[in-house]
Amino acid sequence: MKESYFLGIDIGSTTSKCILLNSQREIIGSSLVSAGTGTTGPQKAYEDILEKANLTAGDISFTVATGYGRIMFTEANDEMSELSCHAKGVHHIFPDVHTIIDIGGQDAKVISINDAGKVINFVMNDKCAAGTGRFLDVMATILQININDLEIHAREAVRPAKISSTCTVFAESEVISQLSSGENVNNIVAGICESVAGRVASLAKRVGIKEEICMSGGVAKNGGVRDAMSKSLGAKLQYSPKAQYMGALGAALFAYDKLNI
Amino acid sequence: MSEEVIKKPKYVEDPNSAKSKLNKITSDHYSNLWMAKEKGEMIGWCASNFPQEIFETLGLTVCYPENQAAAIAARGAGEKMCLISEGDGYSNDICAYARVSLAYAKIKDAPEQNMPQPDYLLCCNNICNTMIKWYENLSVELNIPLVLIDIPFNPDYNPSKAEVEYVKNQFLEAIKQLEKITGKTWSDEKFKEVMEISNRTSRAWLKATNFTKNTPSPLNGFDLLNHMAVAVCARGKIEAAEAFELLAEEYEKAVQEGTSTFRAEEKHRLMFEGIACWPHLRVTATELKSRGINMVATIYADAFGFIYDDLDGLIEAYCNVPNAMNLEHARDKRVAIAKNTKAEALLVHTNRSCKLWSGFMYEMSRQIGEACEIPVASFDGDQADPRNFSEAQYATRVQALTEIMESNKGGK
Repeated sequence: MKESYFLGIDIGSTTSKCILLNSQREIIGSSLVSAGTGTTGPQKAYEDILEKANLTAGDISFTVATGYGRIMFTEANDEMSELSCHAKGVHHIFPDVHTIIDIGGQDAKVISINDAGKVINFVMNDKCAAGTGRFLDVMATILQININDLEIHAREAVRPAKISSTCTVFAESEVISQLSSGENVNNIVAGICESVAGRVASLAKRVGIKEEICMSGGVAKNGGVRDAMSKSLGAKLQYSPKAQYMGALGAALFAYDKLNI
Repeated sequence: MSEEVIKKPKYVEDPNSAKSKLNKITSDHYSNLWMAKEKGEMIGWCASNFPQEIFETLGLTVCYPENQAAAIAARGAGEKMCLISEGDGYSNDICAYARVSLAYAKIKDAPEQNMPQPDYLLCCNNICNTMIKWYENLSVELNIPLVLIDIPFNPDYNPSKAEVEYVKNQFLEAIKQLEKITGKTWSDEKFKEVMEISNRTSRAWLKATNFTKNTPSPLNGFDLLNHMAVAVCARGKIEAAEAFELLAEEYEKAVQEGTSTFRAEEKHRLMFEGIACWPHLRVTATELKSRGINMVATIYADAFGFIYDDLDGLIEAYCNVPNAMNLEHARDKRVAIAKNTKAEALLVHTNRSCKLWSGFMYEMSRQIGEACEIPVASFDGDQADPRNFSEAQYATRVQALTEIMESNKGGK
């Protein structure tokens, strides 16, 4: 019998991620392109995963899109919100998780799920970019540090600097003045991570924290933010190296459900 | 073969329908204002929750800057007006209704919704304290008298006798001030008549709005946002009472016949908290409708339904408007509405204009969600400044709420 394939694509503000499942719901492929909605990124990520799996679009039984670009992606059979998809993806990997903290490029969300992985409630950041991946991008640029190296710097900090969590623009000028006054870069990076964590931790407290807790989304890759978040919440965090793919995984699982439930 | 072009028949509104009558009251409200101004009558600008019984009894002609600002914002000129006020030094953190109104007082023309310039001002702060500074500034800028009734925010569950007494004395003083300003005379007989009509209008309004408890609801909840203008500006007029009674009759008939003004299948029922996001009304309403979500619950229905037996009761009603009551009272009222209407989720408009309303909203919505066991989501927006809203963020939150509601019903 011909194998069935299910594809999830998470089109965010800064990246496009795909996950491919087989009929046993096993992950058999993934792709990530550092370009999000409104760019060629989604199409590239889609073509990339098909090419790597040696498949064509016609081989895919069902595709679900999620993320801010979900509506515009015409290859998908259906679309779901990233809230539902992150919950689905995380529950699949960590069945004991009840609170998901997802920080993406332009938003942060905290999702409360029950034992069955069903979303009970959620809370998202307001319009401001503070507490999101975009905030870290801006800060890394000012500090002339590769975004992937923020973790190394944060972990070498002696005394994290105090950085405002109110506004990205204010925080940017604060970082510049900290640099001007000779503050150690590691301390500034740790302060930036604490700023993001503090803002999102207050969102998490608003929706109510029930352990276990997991971080997903691109920012979860940053160990500095994970450490600061764990400290802010006074709890350990679950983390998967595939954290950035949780939305795409959830979308792929929904795609599977569409034809199998 | 030539293709026959089938033209859709043009929609003609039934002039005897409640909607038509209510729309006429609103349009007459503005045309009567201009006629009064032309005849040399004095015009008042009035806060929406100022006791309208006073000027109805005195026979004064007033209009409402809040209604005007909402209309201007809904018709796309909110940002233009806000920028004028901001150019004059008003912070963009100030209420956008105030910014629109202060701009209008300056430029005196807004094709989206014009109204005559005022000769006096009637302010009441039971809706918010920004109102006082807004009206004080109008008074100074336009050099016209201001009548203020101070109804402070009530930290207790219900107004005390002392508060009622405090407000009643101001109510009586306001009558004297207005007699002096306008030369009109107070009549106790007329006051009784106005109170009766106002109660009748309020009862009919509350009866009509209560039909959203039916499943499916005979009305699209967004209809109430339009009809509310009449509840604000014509509560003391017999035509308003009759139109709302007719509206209630129509809804009753619709329930029996299984029809609705909600032009989609009602799959989900939602409580909407906060004022409408007027600059993006179509987007916010369409996103809900496209997902089969009907807004069946809103505190607005109660906000302009004043039921009382006598003067003390009237004063107490004005002390008990939604924006003047404490968190516990505000929560209980909303929980009752959500349960009565079987709302399945709560969508909160965090109105950047309104610190008072949005201030305790996080905690209140959390408590409502817990009490009703419904999911809650909030979105940033504004009652008149379009810059505080993001369509994509709104859509994501609404979609996530929809998916939770579907999941709660056993869907995928």
